[in-house]
Amino acid sequence: MSQPAVSLSPATSLLPVVPEWRRMLNRVLGHHGLTLGAAVLGLIVLAALFAPWLAPHDPYAQDVSQRMIPPIWHDKGTWDHVLGTDKLGRDYLSRLLYGARISLTIGLVAALISGLIGTTLGVLAGYFGGRVDAVISYIITTRLALPVILVALAMASLVGGSLQVVIILLGLLLWDRFAVVARSTTQQLRDAEFIASAKVLGASTPYILVRELLPNILSSLIVVVTLEMAHAILLEATLSFLGLGVQPPLPSWGLMVAEGKAYMFFQPWVIAVPGIALMILVLAINLVGDGLRDMNAPEGRN
Amino acid sequence: MPDFALELCGLSRYFQLKKGLFKPATVLKAVNNVSLRIPPGQTLGLVGESGCGKSTLAKMILGLLPPSEGDVLINDKAIDLSDRLALARQIQPIFQDPYSSLNPRKTIEQIIRLPLQLHGVGDAASQRRAVKDISDLVGLPERLLRQYPGQLSGGQRQRVAIARALILKPAILVCDEPTSALDVSVQAQILNLLLDLKQELGLTYLFISHNLGVVEHLVDKVAVMYRGQIVEQGDRDAIFHHAQHPYTQALLSSVLTPEPGLGLPELPDSSQWAQAS
Repeated sequence: MSQPAVSLSPATSLLPVVPEWRRMLNRVLGHHGLTLGAAVLGLIVLAALFAPWLAPHDPYAQDVSQRMIPPIWHDKGTWDHVLGTDKLGRDYLSRLLYGARISLTIGLVAALISGLIGTTLGVLAGYFGGRVDAVISYIITTRLALPVILVALAMASLVGGSLQVVIILLGLLLWDRFAVVARSTTQQLRDAEFIASAKVLGASTPYILVRELLPNILSSLIVVVTLEMAHAILLEATLSFLGLGVQPPLPSWGLMVAEGKAYMFFQPWVIAVPGIALMILVLAINLVGDGLRDMNAPEGRN
Repeated sequence: MPDFALELCGLSRYFQLKKGLFKPATVLKAVNNVSLRIPPGQTLGLVGESGCGKSTLAKMILGLLPPSEGDVLINDKAIDLSDRLALARQIQPIFQDPYSSLNPRKTIEQIIRLPLQLHGVGDAASQRRAVKDISDLVGLPERLLRQYPGQLSGGQRQRVAIARALILKPAILVCDEPTSALDVSVQAQILNLLLDLKQELGLTYLFISHNLGVVEHLVDKVAVMYRGQIVEQGDRDAIFHHAQHPYTQALLSSVLTPEPGLGLPELPDSSQWAQAS
């Protein structure tokens, strides 16, 4: 309590002006979870993009004489197949790299499709309220009552599993959280005076929804994108594991676990390698999502 | 020249309140048969306590809420809610809360320029020039144009709101408690700015406030609103010195003065005027 009553602040003009992007970068780097998640996710994305150059072998080339070679950390491992080979003699590392492409594609496209559906429904329900809200809330409740895995399994067995089918199915099933988040954030902003002032200026309803409202709820939706991406990747792995998702010989990580399950007692790495890859990818996406949520929280600013 | 820039004829707005599934809905008369006239270039102060219907009235004048009964006339013509763009060029609002009236994701320049873009006025270069001119007019430094609303003070934000309202050159401004969210020293700046703009541009104001001290500073005429109705209206001096209605007298005696030692004002018994309405 013995501080001087008047503390002179240094002249602000003498302080170096920190540009906006620099402050943002400092905030991102100060968040360890976000930095770690973004780094790991970035590595996986790069690996997926450059899979044809990084992969030491053709992921589809079978070589029965080279089957079930263990990874390099085993006594019988060879540098020719760093992560070993599967029961058909295909190089595991190459399949893992190409598998990252499938997981990321499914996660991203399914999250975008569901984001489009859920955001549209949620914004309309939140903005118009009344009967529109009642109908859309009923649709959301109906969707929430559906068991996703069972419905996806049933549909996939009807249509036949394939990459496209899995993406569309997941896109049509995972929009509920987008709708709920978009609806509640829109409700909060609907009566804000900047919306009223756009109305008074004569802006059309589509303009108000897309240009005035959407940018303000986008930050919450980006967090949902990451969550649903992780969700979609795990569901694809589940469907592929059950044989109704991506079909062989595509190197989906879930499919690799399924193909290895007969050998898991004596060659556990056959399922451990794709399983760990899946875990790391989902963990990285979730870390990024949590970090983005923290970045958006107003209490963290400045 | 029309006789009145803004005229309200028997304007009413009712809300249905549902108390329960089987109980009959009761009707809340938020605004009840309000008639007001403002000649061009004049300022009408609308005063009343919170919840008396001032903001509902403002929403109807701005076309944000359709009236249950009655008409809003601008330059002797009833407003057409289907032609929002035409209405926007005649009348613009300044809202109470400068923290929620500016879109936090847009820069100040984008916010002030939006009316020009929506109305297709001029090309990009002339729009930018117009934004600069209007910023000068309301005393907004040019360096702030690239900032976001979150980086501005309350007074600066209210200047942005005024610039946005004026850039389409409307004849009438509806100011809905434009200073109540600002601290006292900034209130005076904004009020003086509004006064200067009125003289410079010949604007007509409908100035809504619960603060009689603010109103006295600015207006030509005063209308007092209580429970959705206008209980008294007249010239500023007549209302301030010879108020007839007991509610107006109570409102006047409740003004807080900064004079030390006076204590809180003594209020008359509200039963005097509560039965009247």
